[in-house]
Amino acid sequence: MLINVVSWGAVGLILATSTVILVSRDWRVALGGLAVQYIAAFWLVTRHLPFVMGSAKLITGWMVVAALGMTRLSPSTVEEEKEETFLSSGRWFRITLIAIVALVALGATPRIEAGIPGLGLQVIAGGLLLIGAGVIHLSVTSDILRVTLGLLTMLTGFEIIYAAVESSILVTGLLSVTNLGLGIAGSYLLIAGSIPLETGEEDVL
Amino acid sequence: MSAPIIWILIPFAAGVLILFLLKERISSLAGGVISVLLSLTALIFPIDQALLLGSISIKISSSIQILGRGFALNTADGPLLAIIYGLAALWFFGTQASGTANRFVSLGLMIVALLTASIAVEPFLFAALLIDVAAMLVIPLLVPLHQRPGPGIIRFLIHQTLAMPFILFSGWMLAGVEASPGDIGSTIQAGTMLSLGFAFLLAIFPLYSWIPMLTEEASPYATGFLLWALPTFTVIFLLSFLDRYTWLRTSPQLSGAIQFAGAIMVASAGFFASQQKHIGRMMGFASIAETGLLVLAAGLKSSEIVNVTFLLLTPRGLELAVWALAISIIKRKAYSLRFSEVRGLVRNCPMAAASIVAAHLSMAGFPLLAGFPSRAALWQELAGQSLAISLWVFIGMLGLLIGAIRTLAVFVMAEEGKTWGLNETWVQRIMLGVGVIGLFILGIFPQILQPFIAGLPALFNHLSQ
Repeated sequence: MLINVVSWGAVGLILATSTVILVSRDWRVALGGLAVQYIAAFWLVTRHLPFVMGSAKLITGWMVVAALGMTRLSPSTVEEEKEETFLSSGRWFRITLIAIVALVALGATPRIEAGIPGLGLQVIAGGLLLIGAGVIHLSVTSDILRVTLGLLTMLTGFEIIYAAVESSILVTGLLSVTNLGLGIAGSYLLIAGSIPLETGEEDVL
Repeated sequence: MSAPIIWILIPFAAGVLILFLLKERISSLAGGVISVLLSLTALIFPIDQALLLGSISIKISSSIQILGRGFALNTADGPLLAIIYGLAALWFFGTQASGTANRFVSLGLMIVALLTASIAVEPFLFAALLIDVAAMLVIPLLVPLHQRPGPGIIRFLIHQTLAMPFILFSGWMLAGVEASPGDIGSTIQAGTMLSLGFAFLLAIFPLYSWIPMLTEEASPYATGFLLWALPTFTVIFLLSFLDRYTWLRTSPQLSGAIQFAGAIMVASAGFFASQQKHIGRMMGFASIAETGLLVLAAGLKSSEIVNVTFLLLTPRGLELAVWALAISIIKRKAYSLRFSEVRGLVRNCPMAAASIVAAHLSMAGFPLLAGFPSRAALWQELAGQSLAISLWVFIGMLGLLIGAIRTLAVFVMAEEGKTWGLNETWVQRIMLGVGVIGLFILGIFPQILQPFIAGLPALFNHLSQ
């Protein structure tokens, strides 16, 4: 009973953090939201996977947050902060979108549970919320950091549901590598263009 | 030693070592030599069979276990590995001529190793994860640190990442469909998920917008490598799905949908190619049309499906390598690849210009060039199944041909009195020359590929029956 209550709490936390990531103008708040989101995802993942495998996902998620945060803090990307136009308007539009996702998730969860018994209502609801929030995020921005956050959010939602149907260590490992790779690729793209061409590597034959 | 160690771990480790230890000039040679050795090893040493060399018996075992799952490369994989690493060697030898950084060879080796792992992993479904990781490794190749990333690279990242969950979910659902084949609802859901996953992975219409963007904003050579490597392994992955699940193989609706998607890709890409004024984007649309042909081949209701698919796949690597190398050379001379900037270029870089036209014509299925035999084989199969789709493919190929003629016209549109000059370096001339001769040899003597392709149907037992 207590576990179910905590799991619904995790779903609530996922809804809150997804909204914060989508609506927040400050990248620090967005990354903080992502870090908290990984805790909620960790709880839901451990409903079906062993604690150690869930911990691996949590630690990977936090490593990704750290990588993105450190990249964003670097002098080369701080300059761009002034130019950031993300969410200068349309906050209520985004809140409405998240509300729609929440309603869809709420409606779809019992149907999916009926179709695939044993997943757990909380796991389905949490996974769907994150997938929906991630897709919305991808559809409203082309900012590299925000796109990375959207992809990570979507992947986390997928991992929560997939953990219930596939418990292979290789898959868990490869999904962690995918998350880490996404974080590193995002960091790389964030700093790309800010480093001047020094060696002329493209011009040397 | 086992096959996955030789063809996955060794090239991956070599890529890491080259990245940190070798300089650009040597890395091109090292990567090329390693790939040639791996290709020859795949040709000479049969996997899982004892080979007697005098008194020494050598046997390469077929599988290893990693994290509780198997990675297996069987005897039938030998010719495929030889083709893959042979073509990879061509790309790596070309890096010096194209002027790309040493990261290309190191990351390229790692990418090829990961993609090879995708055909070895068991269950094959997990290949989606390995392809996704390989796609992420492509990003540093496409965007140098001194260049701002454009929208194409972001779309590429999004599409490749979105594909993986769809495919993994569909694989799980397909197992349920197999258990209860009468459940129409589950069948439709699984089929839709699978289609979406492959639509993202293979950049099927209308999800291919990132390809022309990328060919415009990123290094042409790196983009060409990406356009060769990812679709090649994705098509093998698609064939594995069709081979594994009976209902996918036998469903006329799915086969029709695959052929419809392929025909739209070929026709639309051909049309857009005929309208382009940028030779990089032209290559992008030609590669989309070629992927469309691969999709069409995968949708054939025939036992020739594997032969035709691999007949298409092999020249594709050579065509794209020659095209991308020539564009890289021209980009260094002209800075922009727009028609207005490359007008009359045949007098400055005759070999690069001729190579582009040859590769383009080959992709358009021009006789005597590498692309012709595969297109003729595909057309023969298609004509027996649907004349309408054959017509759409013809329209697409016609579009590519118009694009090739327009490119040729722009290249020869030189000012009067402009002198001729051979401005390519010796390395560039040799690489382009070998590539173009290869295009003609594969076009005139397609039977050269027969020893490689003959054994490949054994990889997909059910599809070849």
